[in-house]
Amino acid sequence: MAEKVLMKGNEAVAEAAIRAGCRHYFAYPITPQSELIEYMAKRMPQVGGCFLQAESEVAAINMVFGAAACGVRVMTSSSSPGISLKQEGISYIAASRLPAVIVNVQRGGPGLGNIAPMQCDYFQSTRGGGHGDYYTPVLAPSSVQEFADMAAEAFRIAERYRTPVLIFADGMLGQMMEPVVFEDDYGPTADSSEWALGNRSQTKRQNHIVNSLFIDPYELKEKTEKLFEVYDEIRKNEVRYEMYNVDAGPKYLAVATGTAARVVKTAIDELKDQGIEIGLVRPISLWPFPYEAVAAAARGVKRVFTIELNMGQMVEDVRLAVAGSSPVEHIGKAGGVVFTPVETINLLRERCQ
Amino acid sequence: MRLIAKRPEGLTKTRLTYCPGCLHGVAHRIIAEAMDELGITDRTIGIAPVGCAVFAYNFFSCDMIQSPHGRAPAMATGIKRARPDCVVFTYQGDGDLAAIGTAEIVHAANRNEKIAVFFVNNAIYGMTGGQMAPTTLPGMKATTAPYGRDVEDTGYPIRVCELLSTLKMTYYVERVSLLSPKEIIKAKKAVKKALKYNAEGRGFTLVEMISTCPTNWGMDPLKSREWARENMLPVFPVGVFRDRGTEKEPAISEKKAS
Ligand SMILES: Cc1ncc(C[n+]2csc(CCOP(=O)(O)OP(=O)(O)O)c2C)c(N)n1
Ligand code: SF4
Repeated sequence: MAEKVLMKGNEAVAEAAIRAGCRHYFAYPITPQSELIEYMAKRMPQVGGCFLQAESEVAAINMVFGAAACGVRVMTSSSSPGISLKQEGISYIAASRLPAVIVNVQRGGPGLGNIAPMQCDYFQSTRGGGHGDYYTPVLAPSSVQEFADMAAEAFRIAERYRTPVLIFADGMLGQMMEPVVFEDDYGPTADSSEWALGNRSQTKRQNHIVNSLFIDPYELKEKTEKLFEVYDEIRKNEVRYEMYNVDAGPKYLAVATGTAARVVKTAIDELKDQGIEIGLVRPISLWPFPYEAVAAAARGVKRVFTIELNMGQMVEDVRLAVAGSSPVEHIGKAGGVVFTPVETINLLRERCQ
Repeated sequence: MRLIAKRPEGLTKTRLTYCPGCLHGVAHRIIAEAMDELGITDRTIGIAPVGCAVFAYNFFSCDMIQSPHGRAPAMATGIKRARPDCVVFTYQGDGDLAAIGTAEIVHAANRNEKIAVFFVNNAIYGMTGGQMAPTTLPGMKATTAPYGRDVEDTGYPIRVCELLSTLKMTYYVERVSLLSPKEIIKAKKAVKKALKYNAEGRGFTLVEMISTCPTNWGMDPLKSREWARENMLPVFPVGVFRDRGTEKEPAISEKKAS
C-alpha cells in the first residue's frame, strides 16, 4: 500500500500525471492553476521530462498538438479564460484524432471574472467548446484523490479513443489540501505506431500525415461520421457517476458534480437526520452525461434539484434526462460564491416543503 | 541517356495545386532537394501552414502535419521536444508567420528552438484572395487596402529577418529570393544550411524567400518577378542576418548569467 501524502489538488494531479507516464507538459500561468504549472516546472526535469512555459495558452495547446501527434503522453492545464484561448487547438486535436489531456481549474466568469471557484464552463466543456462537430470526454473530480486518479484515467480514455480529454476541476479542488495516495503502475502508453509522426529511418514505414483538412465535403462528412462512431463507443463505455442515498427511494433528487456535490452530500446527511430524504446523482463524466442514471433516479421523485456553481448550465442536461417526468429546479450561484453547508441545508429544506 | 532533372525523393507524385507561375512550387522543390542531399527525409517532420501551402502535407514525402493558422512554430516546438532525433521544419506564408503567428515565431526564435522555418514572403494573403499582409508594400493595393497600403494607418511592412536577428539566441537567419535561376541556386544553399544546422541540433533557423503571387498581384509570372525585384527587394534586402555557425565566438555564452 502506497503512502498517504497531504497535497493540493493542483499538485496532486500533476504528480499523478507524471506517475502515469506524462513526460511532456506545456502551459501558461493563470490563477487558480498556477501550483500545477509550478509543480511541473520543478518535477519534469527530475524525471527527464519536458516542461515548457509557453508564450500563451494558444501556443501551449499547439505545442500539445505537436507532441500528441508524436504519440507521447502530453498534458496542458489552465483556467477558464485560458481554456477559451485553447479552443481552436482543441478542435484541431479532436479532428486530427489525437490523444491529449487538458485540465481546467475553473474560475469565475464571464470575462476576466475572478479567481474564485466556479463551474461556469460547463457548456463550453460539454458541447465541444471550439468550432465544429465534436465532443471531448469530460471528467469532473470532487476530491483531491479523485482529481489525481483522473490524470491516469484521462490518458487511458484519450489513448483508447484518440481524443482530447478534459478534466473539469475548479479553484477549490485545485487549491485545497487533502490526503492522497498515488498508484505507481498506470500501464504503458498505447501503441501509436500506426499514425504517430517520428523517425522512420529504421522501420522504413510509409510517411504519416496528421491532418484535419478535408476539402471534399463528402470526405469531411465521412470523417465526421467516423468521429461520431467513436463518440457512440465513448457514450457506451465511459459514462461515470456516483449514486448517494438513492436506495431507500427518496422523495427528492439532487444532481450535483465536483465541488458542489461535496457540499450537497453534507446537506443530504444532515437533512436525513431531520427526516428529509434526498438522493444524489453525482455525474463524474459530464460528457458523456449519465442521462440514464439521472432518469432512473428521478423516476417517481417529487422534484429534482440541480445544484451548481453557476447560473444554470448542467440543469439543461438534467432536464433532458428527466424529460418532464418531474419538475427540475436549478439552485446556483454566480460570482464564485460557494454554498456553505448550512445555506445548502436551508435552501433544500425550504424547497422540500 | 543522361538524367538532367528529376523529381526529388522529398516530394510525392501528387500534382501541386499552386497557380501557374507561382513560386511556392520552387520553394517546395529546393526544400525537397536539400532533404534528399542531406539524406534526412525519413527523419524529418514537416508542418504545413494555413495559406496557399496548406496542402504541403500531400506534397512532401516526409512525415507531415497540418497546423492551425500561424501556430506552426508552437506545434514544431511540441514535435521537436517529443522527437528530438527528428528534423522539424515549418513552411509558412507572411500572413501566417508575421500577422496571426507573430507571437509564436518570435518566441520560438527567442528560445532558439531547434526547428527550421521556411518563410515564403509574397507580400499578400494568397489563399484568401489578395488581402493585405503585414508585408504588403507601402502604396501597394490589396482587396482590403483598395486605395493602396497607407503606412500612417496600417504601418510599414514587417521585416521578419531584421526583427528576429535582434534576438540573442537565434541561430541562423537569411533572406533569399526566388526570382531567377541564379537566385534559386543561392536560396537552395540557404535552405540546405538551415536543414543541416537542424539535423546537427544547433538551433533555430529561418530562411525567408522573397516570392510572388501572380494571381493576386494581377500580373503574369515574368512581370511579377520583375515587379518583386523592383519593389520588394529594396524593402526586403537579401542577405545573411545571423549565422552563429560561422561566428568565431558564439553570440552568447551557453551558460546562464550569474
Ligand atoms: C484562425 C484563422 N483565421 C483566418 C483564416 C483564413 N485564412 C486562410 S489562409 C489566410 C492567409 C494566408 O496568407 P499567407 O500566410 O500570406 O499565405 P499565402 O496564402 O499567401 O501563401 C487566412 C487569413 C484561417 N484559416 N484561420
Ligand atoms: S494565390 Fe498566389 S501564392 Fe497562392 S498559389 Fe496562386 S499565385 Fe501562388
